[in-house]
Amino acid sequence: MSFRKQNPINQQKRATFGLGLITAIVVIPVLLILGVVFVKGISVIDWNFLTTEPTNGLRDGGVFPAIVGTLILVVGAVAWSVPFGIATAIYLVEYSPRSRAANWIRLAILNLAGVPSVVYGLFGLGVFVIALKFGASILAGTLTLALMNLPVIVTSTAEALKAVPDRFREASLALGASKWQTTRHVVLPNSIQGILTGIILEISRAGGETAPILFTVAAFYLPRLPQSIFDQVMALPMHLFAISTQVPNIGLDVRYAVALTLLFLVLGVNGIAIFMRAKIRKNRIW
Amino acid sequence: MKNTKPNKNKAEDFKQPLSEKITEFCIRLAAWLCIFFIGCILYFLVKESGGVFFKDIFTLTGKYWRPISDPPDYGVWVLLAGSLAVTLTASVIAVPLGICAAIFIGELLPQKFREFLKVMVEFLAAIPSVVIGFLGMIILAPYIKETFDLKTGLTAFSAAIMLAWMAMPTIVSLTEDALRSVPDTLRDGALALGATKWQMITRVLLPTAKPGILAASMLGIGRVIGETMAVLMISGNSARIPKGIMEPVRTLTATIAAEMGETVKGDDHYQALFGLGVVLFIITLLINTAADRFINKKYTEES
Repeated sequence: MSFRKQNPINQQKRATFGLGLITAIVVIPVLLILGVVFVKGISVIDWNFLTTEPTNGLRDGGVFPAIVGTLILVVGAVAWSVPFGIATAIYLVEYSPRSRAANWIRLAILNLAGVPSVVYGLFGLGVFVIALKFGASILAGTLTLALMNLPVIVTSTAEALKAVPDRFREASLALGASKWQTTRHVVLPNSIQGILTGIILEISRAGGETAPILFTVAAFYLPRLPQSIFDQVMALPMHLFAISTQVPNIGLDVRYAVALTLLFLVLGVNGIAIFMRAKIRKNRIW
Repeated sequence: MKNTKPNKNKAEDFKQPLSEKITEFCIRLAAWLCIFFIGCILYFLVKESGGVFFKDIFTLTGKYWRPISDPPDYGVWVLLAGSLAVTLTASVIAVPLGICAAIFIGELLPQKFREFLKVMVEFLAAIPSVVIGFLGMIILAPYIKETFDLKTGLTAFSAAIMLAWMAMPTIVSLTEDALRSVPDTLRDGALALGATKWQMITRVLLPTAKPGILAASMLGIGRVIGETMAVLMISGNSARIPKGIMEPVRTLTATIAAEMGETVKGDDHYQALFGLGVVLFIITLLINTAADRFINKKYTEES
C-alpha cells in the first residue's frame, strides 16, 4: 500500500541517497586506514630504517631482513604456482571447458580458495616441514604460499583466456594448426597481459600473508640474510605481528612504520595490477 | 568412397609431435592435481590429528579448552562458539552493507566514479590481515572500550567489525557480478513498462540475481570464519563461552595460530590442533560447495 502513496521518482531519489551513504560507510574506512598509517608511520621511515637490520630484540634498527625475506617468499611462491596455475587454466578453458572433469576441477579450485590460511599453515607444517623433512625453511614456506595462491592464478588466467574471442581460435584451427599450436601461438600471446595482471595480484596477496608462514618459514628475530633455501627468513607481516603482540615497549610509531612499509609494498604492487588491467581494456584490439 | 579415402589417410598422416603430446599431458596432469591437492590437504590434516577424535580428552561438545592443565581438556565447542559469535556478528554487518554498496556501485553510480570505488574496494581486499589486526588493536579496541565502558576493548564485537570490512570486498564484487549477469533484455523490459530504475532493481534485478547474491554472501562469510591474524590480535583470546558479543572470545583459527608453536609433533596438543584444522576445513568445504551450487543456478537455466 505504501508504494502507491510514494512518488516512485522520490522513492528512487531516497533509495539512491541511502545506498550512496552506505557505500561511503564501506569505502571511507579504506581511505582512513591508509591515511592514518601514512601520517603516523612516515616520520620513522628513512633510508636507514629500510636498509639496516633490527637490533636490541627488535626494538631498534630497521627492517631490511624482513623486506628481503618477504621478497624471497613472494618470488618463490610465484615460481612454484605460476606454471601450474597457467596449465590448469589452459585445461579448463581450452581443452575441456564443459566436461564433468572440468566441473570437478573448478569446484576443487573454489574450495582451495576457501581453505582458511591457517589451515594451509597446518598443512605446510605437517607435510613440508615435518613429513618431507624440509624443516622451517624458505622451501617449505614458498610451497605453502604457492598452494594457497594457486586459485588466484587459475581464476585470473582463465578469465584472460576466456577474453580471447573464439573466432581467433577458429581461424587458427581452420588454417590447420593443432589445438596446442593454437593455444601457444594465438591464445596465449593475446592474453599475456591479463595473465601477468593475475601474477602481480598473487604477488600482492602472498606478500601480506602471515598465517601460512607462521610455522613454515617465518623467523621471529633473525638479523641476517638467508644463505640457502633451507634457511628461515624474517617477513614483514610476521615482523608487524611480532612487534605488535610479542615484544613489549616498542614505540607506536615504529609499528606504524612497519605497517606502512608493508602496505606500501602490497598496495603498490596491487596498484600496478589495476593500472595494467585498465590499460589492457583500453588497448584491446577486438 | 573416392573422396573419403584420401581424407582418411590425411588424418592418419598427421601425427601429433611427441613434444606436443608431452605438453598436453602436463596440462592435463596439472589440472587433475588440483583435485589431488584438496584431497591431500584433508588427508594430511586427518592423519596428523592421529585419531584425536576418538580420544576422551578431545570432544566436539566440550566447554573447556585447557591444553596445559593435567589432564588436558580439548573442548571444541567453546572455540566454535567463539568463531560463531565473531562470524555471525560480522555477517550481520557485512552482508547488508555489502549488497547495498554493490547495488549502488554497479547500478546507480555514473560510470566515471565507478572505477574509483572499485579500486577502493580492491585496495580493501589487498590490505593484509595483520595490518587490519594491528589497527584494530591500536585504534578500534580502545575506542570500543571507552564507548561501551568495558574492561577490555578486545572483544568479539571489535573483531567482528574489522572482519566485516575484510569480507566486504568479496561480497561487493561477487554481488556486482551477479547483478551484471542479469540479461539486459530484462532491464530494458522493466524500464520500457515505465518502471523507475529503482523499481527495476528491486523487482527485477534482485529477484533474478538472488542465487548469485546468496553465493556472494556465503563466500564472504566463509572468508570470515577462516580469517586468522586479525582475529588473533583483536578478539581477546579468552577460551570461555561468551555470554554476549561484548566479551573476549577465542576462535578456532586463532587457537591454532597461537598454540601451534608450543607443541611437539605427535603429542595430544599437536593432534588436537590438527583436529581443529579438520573441523575448520570441513566447515569451509561445506560453505564453498553450497555456494558453488548457487553460482551454477544462474538465470540462463530458466530461460
